[in-house]
Formats: sequence, C-alpha cells, structure tokens
Amino acid sequence: MSAAVVPVVRIQAGDFDVAAEIASLTRGRADIGAVVTFSGLCRDEAGRLSALELEHYPGMAEAEIARIAGEAAERWPLQGLTVIHRHGKVRPGENIVLVVAASAHRQAAFEAANFLMDYLKSRAPFWKKEHHGDGSQGGWVDAKESDDKAASRWK
Amino acid sequence: MSTRLIYFAWVRERIGKPQEDVELPGGVETVADLLRWLKSRGEEYEHALQYPDVIRVAINQEHVEHREKISGAREIALFPPMTGG
Repeated sequence: MSAAVVPVVRIQAGDFDVAAEIASLTRGRADIGAVVTFSGLCRDEAGRLSALELEHYPGMAEAEIARIAGEAAERWPLQGLTVIHRHGKVRPGENIVLVVAASAHRQAAFEAANFLMDYLKSRAPFWKKEHHGDGSQGGWVDAKESDDKAASRWK
Repeated sequence: MSTRLIYFAWVRERIGKPQEDVELPGGVETVADLLRWLKSRGEEYEHALQYPDVIRVAINQEHVEHREKISGAREIALFPPMTGG
C-alpha cells in the first residue's frame, strides 16, 4: 500500500472557494475516481441570528484537525484530503467549514468526509457565539450530545 | 516554574481574562486538582468552574482527561465543550 496522503489543513478568517479547492486536489491526476465535499454554512435560525462569531485556540486548532485528518488518511485509501475551518465573524449564508476527500472509489471518500466532520464537531477547539439580528447580546452555542454520539460510532 | 493557563469562550468571559501565568501550589498534581484549586481563587473562578465535569482541558495543546497528571505542562487550556464544524 502506498503512503498515506498528507492532508492540507487551513484555519483562516477569510472565505474559501469550494471549486478551487476541489480543483487543487484533482489537477493533473488520473487516479482519482471520487471527490466528496462537505461544506458547513452559517444559518440565520429563522431570522434570529445576524452572525456567528467563531473563537478558536490558535495552534491547537491546526494541530487537532491535522491529527484527525491524519487518522482519516490512515483509515481510508485517500488520494487527497483538505480541511478548512474559518474563525471570526461569519454571516448567515457564508461558509464555515470545508472537507474535501478524494479517493479512487466513492465509499472511502464518503466515509472519510463523514468521519472528519463528526470528529471536528466534538474535538476541534472552536466555539460559536451567536449575534442576534435585533442587536441584543447572544450567548454561546451549546454543544450537542448527538455530536459526541456521532463521533463515538467510529471507534 | 510557572504554568500558563489559557481560557476560551464562556470560561474566558467568566474568569475575565484570556490567560495568566500561575505558580501551582504543591498538591496540585492532576487536572482535577487544578480545577479544584482554581475554583477557590475567587468568585469569577467559582462562576466559571461551577460544574467542573463539563470543563474540557488541553495540556500543551492536546486534549486530556481530568485524571491526567499536569507535571511538566507549559500550557494548560480550559474551555467548554467545543462547537465548531
């Protein structure tokens, strides 16, 4: 078996271009048969929110996502893997997170992307704070028990 | 040797500072000991660490359990359950 791919991990304030990220994984290659992308976007919760503010732990955010991505690259035969997570203020409709998994066949790409997102939710050091549309101070988003459960099914 | 403590999200807001360097007293050997000691340092700490079980901890930027020993830690971060993704 060939060596596992080295995942691309970026933590950034700015937006990302999904098509450009796919193209950079597949450009010049003829061995990739499947690319699965997941993008997570900011919702307005029926008009209640004007933005989410994402706080993160600089250094650990990169390190932890790299650990999770490295585990995915060992578990599934991937030819490419990109994970991007934004921090700072994100408005409804804007991107928050991107996972792109490329493989010869779809199953590995689907599963790796799914695994990545489940682990990002419960282990990547990011916290969302709500900003309300009416200008009132919002609170911190509560962690969901269902996210912990989703991560534990990969054990 | 002093240890850097870093706080995030509502733990940071309740304690009222993003980080501080502390000299850990003798007897503070595990993460659980650290949380207990911090909680006794004042109202703001008491408020932030009222339910220590929900507090997540990272030593030198890696997740650890509350029973983990903290000897040799340069940087210990305390934060609520994560809500990224």
